[in-house]
Amino acid sequence: MRWLMRRLAHAALLLFGVSALSFLFLEMAPGDYLSEMRLDPQIAPETLAALRQRHGLDDPLPVKYGRWLASAARGDFGHSFAYNMPAAPLVWTRARNTLVLTITAALLSWLAAVPLGLWFAARRGGWVDRSGAAATALLLAIPDLLLALALLMFAVRTRALPAGGMVTPGAGGLLDLAAHMVLPVAALVLGGLPLLVRHVRAAVVEVLDAPFIRAARAHGIPPLRLLWRHALPAAANPLVSLFGLSIGTLLSASLLIEVVMGWPGLGPLLVEAIMARDLFVVIDGVLFSAVFLIAGNLLADVLLYVADPRIRTA
Amino acid sequence: MWRIREFVPRKAAVAALALLGAVHAAVLLAGYLAPYHPAEQDRRYPYAPPGIAGCEERACPVRWFVRDDEGRLHLFGVDAPARIFVLGSDQYGRDQFSRLLHGGRISLAAGLLAAALSLGAGWVAGALAGYRGGRLDAAVMRASEFFLALPWLYLLFALRAFLPLDVAPERALLFLAAVIGLAGWARPARLVRGVALSAKERGYVVAARGFGASHAHILRRHVLPQTMAVALTQATLLVPQYILAEVTLSFLGLGVGEPVPSWGNMLAALSHYHVLVSYWWMAAPALAMVPVFLGYLSLAGVLLESRESAP
Repeated sequence: MRWLMRRLAHAALLLFGVSALSFLFLEMAPGDYLSEMRLDPQIAPETLAALRQRHGLDDPLPVKYGRWLASAARGDFGHSFAYNMPAAPLVWTRARNTLVLTITAALLSWLAAVPLGLWFAARRGGWVDRSGAAATALLLAIPDLLLALALLMFAVRTRALPAGGMVTPGAGGLLDLAAHMVLPVAALVLGGLPLLVRHVRAAVVEVLDAPFIRAARAHGIPPLRLLWRHALPAAANPLVSLFGLSIGTLLSASLLIEVVMGWPGLGPLLVEAIMARDLFVVIDGVLFSAVFLIAGNLLADVLLYVADPRIRTA
Repeated sequence: MWRIREFVPRKAAVAALALLGAVHAAVLLAGYLAPYHPAEQDRRYPYAPPGIAGCEERACPVRWFVRDDEGRLHLFGVDAPARIFVLGSDQYGRDQFSRLLHGGRISLAAGLLAAALSLGAGWVAGALAGYRGGRLDAAVMRASEFFLALPWLYLLFALRAFLPLDVAPERALLFLAAVIGLAGWARPARLVRGVALSAKERGYVVAARGFGASHAHILRRHVLPQTMAVALTQATLLVPQYILAEVTLSFLGLGVGEPVPSWGNMLAALSHYHVLVSYWWMAAPALAMVPVFLGYLSLAGVLLESRESAP
């Protein structure tokens, strides 16, 4: 428990640091949302000055950061100029969509990676293993962007799946959502799978050489049970840590795929916000990704703690 | 310890190096291999399919070693007013093949420059932190945590958000390389630190200290060679990642801008569905990344293997 508290405190400190650092960079950023408006002859300079005053854009950095912290405590996390509303609800609705995508993709890719990795490991050196290695190497070299474009091209050509967006206007329901999720999730899974399969295979191969596996085999334990019940748990530790890391990779990949496929997640919002200099939205979006990544790593650590008694005593 | 002689004879490494060499040579010789200037438009032929355009009435054979109006030599071309589009043309009738080669210069150079910057900054920070230890070590490690606390693309977006939106195309390459390179310093720094930590305990380093060698000398002659293997493996992994980063940023309109071609901004046309469906050759830059990535990643694989098998 003390260990968990320490980890949580460290995570909070890290987030605090990331937000402070973002503000430091923010100070260096040339221009802001309102300075773009200055070019608009329809807006009187007095109005602009009043707006600047109201949002405190010309205040010194510590004051701005303090105000942002106060607004974070209220649950607003700053103000979006482009949408003229508190940034938090805006970012949160988008982040929810990103989470739906990433969590589904994470579950599916691990569900596929474990059996595939086990299979390749069991057939080490055979043709299954070798063709698997070739396939993962090739898939690894295909950028996510190409995968997404190819899938999209396929969808538009065949009209089998909705290309882009999250819901059909007027329709709705879970089935519609699922149909829209197929393409982006497929792109994410295909992009992340090869690395996971490789790691599962490598971890299991290492364990398969251990004496206890040979002993178990000599006792006549069937091969499938040997793989799932004896080899996999022994190989699980590095894989559980990898699960935490894979969250970050998936989030990154999701950012680009959302833009390409028109999924209303954080990706399009962030690009839009960068273009419009709507910097509080950028900061919140980035902070959210940090929260999710840290939560993923924390979850992995907790899982390790639960799964491995050796770590508990240490 | 890793040596160059041990790894060059491996067949996979040779194949990968040859592939990478070919791609880089093609891109370097873009001015000669490409039949046209990358920004040269021909509004008569928007989205022309691969082949020779404007050849309906008479024959127009492909000529080798032709000179253009400005006297520059090109490997091949056809007589004007016909145009040769090896990989089709884009919405302004610009030759995709010429743009692919010239755009490759930007994208590959951005990857290489950014990787050099990351490794350089990461090496200095990591080696100093590991070698000196103490408060400097703690400071470098804390700083790297902030950079590793964000998913890679989010970090890149965050850094990009705080920089000017419009960058002159000729300066965009250096600008992007700097952003990408500085975003990625943390991982190499941590790896180098680990090696430096163990290197400084070695007997010959202690002996060199005893003989009065300066810290700079020890870092250069004893610590640097130890970190070479890690640095090289990192380089082969970072370059493709950074090429992709440039392509992603330019694709989203946050990187190199028109009319200068880069693989990223060439792909931006594909965000219109009609282009994506009807003009497959517009995806050529995305396809061109595959051999480059294959080359770098198989090099990385060979390097990792040779490090594991090393005593």
